[in-house]
Amino acid sequence: MNCDGVVRRISNYIDGDLEVSVVEEIELHLKTCRECTILVQQTKLTVTLYRDSDLVDFPKEVQLRLHETVRREIRRQKRAT
Amino acid sequence: MYCATLAMHSIQPGLLANLVQTPTLSSSNPHRLPSTVAREDEHLLVAAAKGGDAAAFEELVNRYERKIFRLTMNITRNREDAEDAMQDAFMKAYSHLDKFHEDSRFYTWLVRIAANEALMRLRKRRPNQISLDEPIETDDDFIPQQIEDWGPSPEQRFAQTEMRDILRGVIEELTPDFRIVFVLRDVEGLSTEETAEAVGISEAAVKSRLLRARLKLRQKLDRHFRKGVKQ
Repeated sequence: MNCDGVVRRISNYIDGDLEVSVVEEIELHLKTCRECTILVQQTKLTVTLYRDSDLVDFPKEVQLRLHETVRREIRRQKRAT
Repeated sequence: MYCATLAMHSIQPGLLANLVQTPTLSSSNPHRLPSTVAREDEHLLVAAAKGGDAAAFEELVNRYERKIFRLTMNITRNREDAEDAMQDAFMKAYSHLDKFHEDSRFYTWLVRIAANEALMRLRKRRPNQISLDEPIETDDDFIPQQIEDWGPSPEQRFAQTEMRDILRGVIEELTPDFRIVFVLRDVEGLSTEETAEAVGISEAAVKSRLLRARLKLRQKLDRHFRKGVKQ
């Protein structure tokens, strides 16, 4: 497998979503290709950074309005039944 | 402990409210969970809510409100739309609880509703900027041009707030079609199949967009993380 082949499969490789024989081909390539090895590491790190970072604040007022809306909806439906 | 207790009883409305530690909406304990984890007792709460136990539904709201707001914000990038989408998602979930089949996860079902609500608002606001229905397949825009070492671990080189700013800025540069798939798969932890269903595209398109989204994000982060950019 060449670099282009690795790049096209990198996402499935990270997710463990490839046939064993394809994984072996990729790992054989990685043994001799520094650039692809770095690319795999950096792509994995990219996913990890986003997965582990909470980038959105949940403002108190948004939470309070949601609770109020949910309670109102529950009351409304209980009345309707 | 209450899981075992409930497992021995048929669930009656009100029972759960007495057993769950935080039965009413509470802001003090936001129940932050890793994206891929649904608590084991979720199905008990859903069963109780279906049986008319409002406190059980409120507990589900407590449990998932932050994650659902994060999702709708990540899709819409607009706070007003995100809040509306979140509220409507919870209200629709409550109204249609009887249609929820308990062979799937409530959280996944809720995410699908919320993603649809957010997508509707995004489409309304930016009708010409997203193409969620057709796969975008070009081969020329995601092949990395130059790969360089990022040096010592970026997580240690950057302060937490600085890292958040970088990650936030970079993901906002992604077009919505890529961002949505990335958020559902990699941030919210949905499977390829669940993401395809939520967005309304094929699983092959999900995989294709996820590949491109990850590589684009890596490429954009490279500007910040490349060795020598910050010591």
